[in-house]
Amino acid sequence: MTAKIAYAEVETGTELPARTFPVTRATLVQYAGASGDFNPIHWNEKFAVEVGLPDVIAHGMFTMAEAIRVVTDWAGDPAAVVEYGVRFTKPVVVPNDGVGALIEVSAKVAAKLDDNLVRVDLTATSAGQKVLGMSRAVVRLA
Amino acid sequence: MALDQSFVGRTYPPTAPYEVGREKIREFAEAIGDANPAYTDPEAAKELGHPDVIAPPTFVFAITFKAAGQVIEDPQLGLDYSRVVHGDQKFAYTRPVRAGDRLAVTSTIEAIKSMAGNDILDIRGEVHDETGEHVVTAWTKLVSRAPEEVGP
Repeated sequence: MTAKIAYAEVETGTELPARTFPVTRATLVQYAGASGDFNPIHWNEKFAVEVGLPDVIAHGMFTMAEAIRVVTDWAGDPAAVVEYGVRFTKPVVVPNDGVGALIEVSAKVAAKLDDNLVRVDLTATSAGQKVLGMSRAVVRLA
Repeated sequence: MALDQSFVGRTYPPTAPYEVGREKIREFAEAIGDANPAYTDPEAAKELGHPDVIAPPTFVFAITFKAAGQVIEDPQLGLDYSRVVHGDQKFAYTRPVRAGDRLAVTSTIEAIKSMAGNDILDIRGEVHDETGEHVVTAWTKLVSRAPEEVGP
């Protein structure tokens, strides 16, 4: 594990570079194939509406995978992430309009722990709604 | 109907090993749009100290969730999967998943709760490699929503 950020260089409140991740229907089909999650709520509008959703929604695990990229890009080595947890609070709705949706992710160092570990709190929103809650990672820095 | 509390603490047999392939990791990394070379270039991974390419942090969910199928589909437990949504997800890593790993998952029911007619099921999946080394633990909270009230 070789993080490129030094523990001594970060403070509580240090912000990580924020990112915006686009997601379209094509993204969801590709993620379904790669992850093996073929639940039709992620690609079949008719089915999604029948079970009470506004439209096709992104896989929660897709959103979780995108959000942690803010941390892995910052730390350099993805193995720096020693813990990562989220709560799925609202779905990311992905319309079939050629544009899709955006997942906006920001993150900051919330606490410095022992052993070069820091806790990073993440915020992920889409269309103004918070889509992840309690989103936290513990990261081992250099 | 509320789930049977006596299932709390039940551990299911370890799954047959899942062999992690370089190309499967590449496919996953491409699907999430992540170009980090540690996922696709063995030399880049070695520069970071890993013996082979590593997987993105959430890659292992496909393996642990499949293993959780033993719990979800246990007819004795009787969970109504058609009403299930994913509530929370957490991972704690001893080391990253990497190409060449042969991973077995042992699933345990950690908690069963009933809140406002919803059944809440916490499943822990312990992932070990073929030497028995712990790789990652995954906690998955599933919420089976209460059936809607039938109108008059």
